[in-house]
Amino acid sequence: MTNFLFELKEGLIIAFNAIRANKIRSVLTTLGIVIGVASVVLMSNAIKGIDKSFQDGISSFMGTDNLFIDRWAWFSNVPWWELNKRPPIEMEDFEKFKELAELPIAVAPLNDAGNVTIIKGNNSVSDARVSGTNQDYIYTTNLEFDEGRFISELESNNARRVIVLGFEYADRLFPFGNAIDQDVQLNGKKYKVIGVLKKQGSFLMGSFDPDNQSFIPISSLFKDFRSKWSGSGITIVARAPNNQMLYEVKEEAIGIMRRIRGLKYNEEDDFTINQQDAFLEMINKSVGVIQIAGLFITALSLFVGAIGIMNIMFVSVKERTHEIGIRKAIGAKRSVILRQFLAESAILCLLGGLIGLLIAVAGGKIIEQFNFPVSFQIDSIVLAITISLLTGILSGLAPAWTAAKMDPVDALRYE
Amino acid sequence: MNIITIEHIAKIYQVGTEEVQALRDVSLTIDKNEYVAIMGPSGSGKSTLMNILGCLDTPTKGLYTFTGKHVSDMTDNDLASIRNKEIGFVFQTFNLLARSDALHNVELPLIYAGIGKEERRERAREALTKVNLEDRMDHRPNELSGGQRQRVAVARALVTNPSIILADEPTGNLDTKTGEDIMALFETLYEQGNTIILVTHEEYIAEHAKRIIRLRDGLVEKDEIIETRRVAQPRQI
Ligand SMILES: Nc1ncnc2c1ncn2[C@@H]1O[C@H](COP(=O)(O)OP(=O)(O)OP(=O)(O)O)[C@@H](O)[C@H]1O
Ligand SMILES: [Mg+2]
Repeated sequence: MTNFLFELKEGLIIAFNAIRANKIRSVLTTLGIVIGVASVVLMSNAIKGIDKSFQDGISSFMGTDNLFIDRWAWFSNVPWWELNKRPPIEMEDFEKFKELAELPIAVAPLNDAGNVTIIKGNNSVSDARVSGTNQDYIYTTNLEFDEGRFISELESNNARRVIVLGFEYADRLFPFGNAIDQDVQLNGKKYKVIGVLKKQGSFLMGSFDPDNQSFIPISSLFKDFRSKWSGSGITIVARAPNNQMLYEVKEEAIGIMRRIRGLKYNEEDDFTINQQDAFLEMINKSVGVIQIAGLFITALSLFVGAIGIMNIMFVSVKERTHEIGIRKAIGAKRSVILRQFLAESAILCLLGGLIGLLIAVAGGKIIEQFNFPVSFQIDSIVLAITISLLTGILSGLAPAWTAAKMDPVDALRYE
Repeated sequence: MNIITIEHIAKIYQVGTEEVQALRDVSLTIDKNEYVAIMGPSGSGKSTLMNILGCLDTPTKGLYTFTGKHVSDMTDNDLASIRNKEIGFVFQTFNLLARSDALHNVELPLIYAGIGKEERRERAREALTKVNLEDRMDHRPNELSGGQRQRVAVARALVTNPSIILADEPTGNLDTKTGEDIMALFETLYEQGNTIILVTHEEYIAEHAKRIIRLRDGLVEKDEIIETRRVAQPRQI
């Protein structure tokens, strides 16, 4: 063992000397690894960042402990036209549910107004996401306020025209701030801003961006944007006291809904209890796909780098054939020669990897400026070192083996 | 006691479809503390024989016994170990590592022998002192004269205290005076009880030995004892 460490040390010294002797060539060769490792680290962190912001976005948007009781199923094998036969959930159902449900800590109705444009002076948000709900909705979410407050019970009961704006909406409508108590137009109807939500800083663009939403009393929504009796009904949001209770709350909710709907024991549920798990699962799946695609691309660039190293190591072995002959003539074993060249290529790659890591960190800092989430952790360093060492050893293997099994006489004769 | 016994050694190279018989049938024994010169015209198989004796190469046919062990039965690692510990090689073209200084070149066999740094340095310095190069230890080969380079090579050959020193035309690239310096070094080693085998073209170099083996076309032509051998004198520097 000590002998091995000793040989390793000697090998490292030889390798360093060899690399120093061919500085420019080493730098050029290592470039492939530098780029490869930089892109692997950057990509894996970007993916982690995207994943985290998806998760955070979903969680703050829907709440982890929430159940969404709906006529529609978010994910289901049942075709939509079957689901369409289900009766919609109405406000009366919600009232009954709220009365009967004992386990949830908060129950709120939820419905979205379609096709709304919010206008303030010259500024507008078209196709805005406007949700109708009541005062209790705030207890089913983790929404925080920049200024102002959520919809009150009074405003809810009396269908007052008030609105709570997500950060982005507020920013677009009131670029200079001071949104509170100002009026905005929702499809021509005058609504008073009573609250602005805190910036969640999500990278998400689509429909789950907590910064791009707004809330009005559900009663106002029915009054201004659709008839109470048309439409496809509402969603009931029920929040469990904690994640462990989620199952019991769900069981209770199913029982209550069946009672409200008057279903017989042999009839199937005509509603669905949706959970954000389902969303997270779907997101994990798509993040997984991004991950695989990203890693495949970066692995490809690393592979190109590895080929470069292998190539230069073959050249190095060829050039030093005579030296190998000398070493063998005075007693170097195959394993010694093998280790010497493996150490050389490993060090070459390691240097490249460390430079790549620095570039990735610097690149990450730059990308962060553009609001793209990059999460850097210690495991990036471990990843870079492991990958570059591994690449070095793998790509050095074939050249090192050619060197190790050279015939001493042939090698000595080589000019 | 003989160190080397070879019996009916042949070495055949396959060049394309043609067979080149570098050695046809060579048998000889060499005793401890002998001083042998191998001579012969170019292409007669001298280097081939030396490589086989030095365990750098293996014969196509025949039996080689080195200090009682059959070389043909040995693994690659065994051969490397013999080359490292039992044999000191000196080449015509010096064969030093160009990028390393004299001290490191001499240290190298000790590195492969697994000897620790302190002892290694010490022994390498000692060997370089023996060849009168104590003031050139940190010079690289290209900063040394031909004679100095060959002395580094001799120091490298003797640093492991081998049982035998093999030299293939050690003076071939040196002028007469410098060649004589190297021969004086061998003389000292011989007096200290080392076994020396050297290949040479020069009659007057061969006369330093006690025995001359003449090869021709891969066969031993003549094996003679020198009655009045020359004794190389170290030059006063
Ligand atoms: N690797 C090889 N492949 C083919 N033929 C070889 C090889 N090595 C040596 N030979 C042949 O074997 C013969 C003996 O070669 P060797 O090098 O032993 O001669 P030598 O006596 O040392 O000659 P010189 O005095 O010129 O050094 C030559 O004919 C040479 O062409
Ligand atoms: Mg020769």
